[in-house]
Amino acid sequence: MNTAIGTIDWIPVAPFIALSVLGFLIMIIGLFFPRIYRETLGTITLVGLAVTFFLILQNWGEPRYAFANTIVGDKFSTVFNGLFVVGAALTILLSLNSQENRYLLYADYFTVIVFATAGMVLMSAGTHLLTIFLGLETLSIALYVLAGFRRENAFSLESAFKYFLLGAFASGFLLYGIALIYGATGSADIQEVTRWIQQNSLTGSLMLPIGFLLLFVGLGFKLAIFPFHMWAPDVYQGAPTPISAFMATGSKAAAFAALLRVALSTQSYTAIAWEQVLWVIAVATMTIGNIIALRQDNIKRMLAYSSIAHAGYILIGFIANNELGHSGMLFYLLSYTFMNIGAFGVISYLSTAEHEFVTLGDVRGLAYRRPFAAIAMAVFMFSLAGIPPTAGFISKFYIFSAAVKAGYVWLVILGVINSMISLYYYLGVVVQMFMSAVEEKAPATATQQPAVALALVVSMFAVLGLGIFPSRWLAVFMEMARSFI
Amino acid sequence: MQELIQAVQNSQTFLSGLSEAALAIIFFVLFGLVFATVAAVCALVFVYLERKISAHMQDRLGPMEVNTGIPLLKNIGHGWAQTLADAFKLLLKEDIVPNAADRRLHLIAPFILFCAVIAAFSVMPFGEKLVVSDMNIGVFFVLAITSFSVIGVILAGWASNNKWSLLGGMRSAAQIVSYEIPSGLVVLVIVMQVGSLRFNDIVMAQAGGILHWHIFQFFPLNLIAFIISFLATLAEANRAPFDLPEAESELTAGFATEYSGFKWAIFYLSEYANMFLIGIFLSALFLGGWTSPFGSLFGGFFDKPGWQPVWIILKAVAIIFLQMWLRWTLPRLRVDQLMYTSWKVLTPFAFVTIFGVGLWMLF
Amino acid sequence: MQEILFFVLAAVAVLSALGMLLNKNPVYSVLLLIVTLFSIAGLYVLLNASFIAAVHLIVYAGAIMVLFLFVIMLLDIRADVEHINLKRLSRILALLATFIFLGETFLIIWMSLKGKAAFVGLGEGILGDVPSVGELLFTKYLLPFEIASVLLLVAIVGAIILAKRKLRPEPPAA
Repeated sequence: MNTAIGTIDWIPVAPFIALSVLGFLIMIIGLFFPRIYRETLGTITLVGLAVTFFLILQNWGEPRYAFANTIVGDKFSTVFNGLFVVGAALTILLSLNSQENRYLLYADYFTVIVFATAGMVLMSAGTHLLTIFLGLETLSIALYVLAGFRRENAFSLESAFKYFLLGAFASGFLLYGIALIYGATGSADIQEVTRWIQQNSLTGSLMLPIGFLLLFVGLGFKLAIFPFHMWAPDVYQGAPTPISAFMATGSKAAAFAALLRVALSTQSYTAIAWEQVLWVIAVATMTIGNIIALRQDNIKRMLAYSSIAHAGYILIGFIANNELGHSGMLFYLLSYTFMNIGAFGVISYLSTAEHEFVTLGDVRGLAYRRPFAAIAMAVFMFSLAGIPPTAGFISKFYIFSAAVKAGYVWLVILGVINSMISLYYYLGVVVQMFMSAVEEKAPATATQQPAVALALVVSMFAVLGLGIFPSRWLAVFMEMARSFI
Repeated sequence: MQELIQAVQNSQTFLSGLSEAALAIIFFVLFGLVFATVAAVCALVFVYLERKISAHMQDRLGPMEVNTGIPLLKNIGHGWAQTLADAFKLLLKEDIVPNAADRRLHLIAPFILFCAVIAAFSVMPFGEKLVVSDMNIGVFFVLAITSFSVIGVILAGWASNNKWSLLGGMRSAAQIVSYEIPSGLVVLVIVMQVGSLRFNDIVMAQAGGILHWHIFQFFPLNLIAFIISFLATLAEANRAPFDLPEAESELTAGFATEYSGFKWAIFYLSEYANMFLIGIFLSALFLGGWTSPFGSLFGGFFDKPGWQPVWIILKAVAIIFLQMWLRWTLPRLRVDQLMYTSWKVLTPFAFVTIFGVGLWMLF
Repeated sequence: MQEILFFVLAAVAVLSALGMLLNKNPVYSVLLLIVTLFSIAGLYVLLNASFIAAVHLIVYAGAIMVLFLFVIMLLDIRADVEHINLKRLSRILALLATFIFLGETFLIIWMSLKGKAAFVGLGEGILGDVPSVGELLFTKYLLPFEIASVLLLVAIVGAIILAKRKLRPEPPAA
């Protein structure tokens, strides 16, 4: 009966453990010091995230499996986990605005964000479908709660409820897919599934392709790609602004991480028929996102549709399925994290408890009232639209050139057309800010928001830095992509 | 069960020709009938006991009138036949179903409750060989199957289409689901010590006299575990002071308000069968089950197999007496106090006992 | 004996699941779901996984279904039973899904009849009893097991945040 567990390699799980401990710590601080300054709590969280970041970096190198191959520390997980932690840190900075969110800043809020990050970390580092599923659930449950955090606001509750219902549904698909894969191969360990596929074939059992399909559906909900995108606008609109940013960047990146890990290990999404299906999905996602975004008056809603469209662009890299494509996806996700958090951050920067600055009318003439905010917003909008010299341009460039290399010329043409459509609504915001006069009865904007300003400055530097000096980062991502093959 | 079937097949009676499957079905039916009958008889006895005990606790006589009816002995017997007469009365009463009730659910609800309780008896160890199915997850099976009883109660409350009934059903659902947690947790304390979920293993681990009983081991952790288990099972059985689901002063008769006649008798039966079940369960876990308290004293005379059912039933009756004693001395809890007791007192202490016993076993 | 029990339990499970879907009264649906879960627990017992069966009963029938009933009764959906009317599209979708799953079932049966292993069978012996489950949980699945505890903690904290009666007094601004 005595089963030796053996020595445990702690490094691969260190980020998860650090985040869990940080979550407990904040919860306990909140319990014993209920009237603690929220800035103090935020600082503690940021320090904890910095420690986690350091631990994540220890994983860069050859894959190190731990806990009976359920988790791994490799270059892939290092890159993604670093991305998640940076996203979480920026989200926390956005949440530290002094006015809009004053009712939601308890220790609980930080705790749940940290636990959500812990879930993401598991999704990128898990090499067992069970680990990935549990990570996804941890992330999802935390996000349901965060979406409903403005409890006095009906939209927020609607957002939480919609997200919960559809998310639970998606989890069901994912779990069913895992069950079918397990049924076909006798294991849910990605390595063993891969071995089984190599020995038999992908279509050796009919359950296997169906299982992968359902897995894709389950993750597709989180990615908000067509046809599973319907929840995104309502959820992003109702959730507190920092949380919308967090959902659009972190959870999307985490779902891409899980999808990429499964796809790259098993090579299950590269069969001929699959590519065509993905091709259609990518085009539909981009087009629907961009066209509906044209008609939006609410910036948060517009950003939600734009995030759908961006998921479509990122899928192009997935379809290209070469080194440049995969590293381009990473690059895209990194720059998207900064520009999207930045764009939501400007809303957070301006909003007060009385008024949320979300409509196009609200930002009218902003350049004359709050020049810094307007310039920041303009930078992020340019980047989202993909105008040089921003990060958005470079990432689209990488993704499209990867697709051309793989022979998907039409896909790229459609992608470029979509980018041009998107210019209209991104630049619409800029036009409203710089070329219209301030309305007489415009509500007051929030002032003195050092934390949010810091987040905006960091994001701006990142967006421009990635746009002007991309090669260093691309080299890192290329190394990561190579490490998989 | 397997042994029994084998034995019958090897015997020379008319049954030996039957196949294994047929015999299994016959035995299942037979045991079911036996337990239903035993439960009914037990209920009669316990109802009588309850009336008398409550009467004496409140300094009155209780039922005295209904005795044998034989002319000379008319007034001797302390009204022993009262419950028998009541049982006949209940069986002869009209079965009233409210117009707005959901007739089908109204009918099956009491039987769900009854079946859940009776089914649990199939793993109860009345003796080393005197157990229908000594399955390797016995303790867990009891927890699983008795968790169905709440469905019967909540359905009875809903199907009656009566506000009091519904409130009773709701309270019962909240109460039973909450109290399942501490009662399930403290079972782990014993399971950890024995290393088995089989009832006979647990009982045999306590053989050798009263000092080997689990309740006196790991002092005082197991004693705390016993108290938690006793209180939690009391609440699961909806007995006072946890009888909010049928609180007669506020809800008439709670979930059973709209029941009469035979169906109501089934509820009554289930309650007393449940008490008996709890008695057996707790004595098997904590009080040495069918082993004698004397160990090797008296030359091991009381350890002979024939004594086993006697010991366990005696212990069970002692626990039932404890339950009645509590019922007639303590006032009913409020709903918030009820929840407080479960979540903030019993559950944390259950965790403490598990943790403590774990540490103790480690060092 | 085993085969008969299997087919009886399987038939009960499928029929009651169908009944759950087709019944308009939510309370009946929940009851039929309980029957389904019960027969699935029976199937686990046939697979020698009695521990899993007991856990299945405790968790689903004993706790989750009770909460389902609780919520349904609190909402008093009875009044709305009449208004549930399936739209044509969802009917078509339901039909489609039924055919897909029927096809899947036939496929599996057909493949197993042809001798092609459609599914990987469980190993011999006692797979689902307490020691083997415990051993797996503390070796191979140690990490998922621990993650599950974090997951439950998040769920509890989240539920309390969303259900708290009053928000805490506003913390002082810096």
